[in-house]
Amino acid sequence: MSQTKVVSSQWPQVETGRVVLINSGKDEGKLATVVQIIDHKRALVDSPHIERQEISLSHVTLTQQVISKLPRAARSGVVKKYWTEAAVDETTASTTWAKKRVSREKKRQLTDFERFKVMVLKKQRRFEVRKAVAKARKSS
Amino acid sequence: MGRLQEYQVIGRKLPSEIDENPRLYRMRIFAPNDVVAKSRFWYFLKKLRKVKKSAGEIVSLNVIHEKRPLKVKNFGIWVRYDSRSGTHNMYKEYRELSRTDAVHSLYQDLAARHRARFRSIHILKVAEIEKSADVKRPYIKQLLTPDLKFPLPHRAPVGVGKKIFLAKRPNTFS
Repeated sequence: MSQTKVVSSQWPQVETGRVVLINSGKDEGKLATVVQIIDHKRALVDSPHIERQEISLSHVTLTQQVISKLPRAARSGVVKKYWTEAAVDETTASTTWAKKRVSREKKRQLTDFERFKVMVLKKQRRFEVRKAVAKARKSS
Repeated sequence: MGRLQEYQVIGRKLPSEIDENPRLYRMRIFAPNDVVAKSRFWYFLKKLRKVKKSAGEIVSLNVIHEKRPLKVKNFGIWVRYDSRSGTHNMYKEYRELSRTDAVHSLYQDLAARHRARFRSIHILKVAEIEKSADVKRPYIKQLLTPDLKFPLPHRAPVGVGKKIFLAKRPNTFS
């Protein structure tokens, strides 16, 4: 009989100190941290960017980051201290996930002419790449 | 802010020659607005004392605001409700940020579980449970475990539901 190895899931958990991205409402697109769990569907969140509030977990995306050792039900001042200490904004901004979000947002903001310019630049890049490839192939 | 507000209503019988200083009655009432609050005040007072609206007056009415609306609290609520077959007393617990929120979720809960309407529910008492050892109901107890954590395994990605048609079937398992 073959053995199966059972591995626990890699899902981010809802827990005190979990950094979340707010997906709807006034604070859409802002980062916050879970301060206290209210129940299965709601949590109390706070951060230097938003007002402390109750939020439904369905309006939130869990990130991979956790502020470790954040005390449960910490007040706004304490949250701010831990937030800057853990450099949450910087570490989140450096993730691929955040970079993709930024570039997607930028792409959405482009005008028609700017999109055209992107197309031309892409064509130029492609041309250069192909030229280099053809040259390398010829010499080999 | 939720649907309900908490009011303090004080009323009395109209002064007469027999009784120049009628007794004041004070109630804390959960209602969507002050009209309903006054109406509920007379409804309850009629049941408890021999005072009615036509021979009485509201002395004062004011809103009671939550003292700490950003603190998570556990509330115990005692209710009496009329079902289709009889009257029942109940004790339920809710975990909310304010008394009004707790009462609102009580109304929603009783509506869901027992098909009870606003008119068939009397709230007898709302009290904050200070010590977690005093929490009785398992559905609140489970939320008081230290270092509570749980995943959200079944999720619709952001944007699902905004469009009617999607090119790809959304992945809810990631």
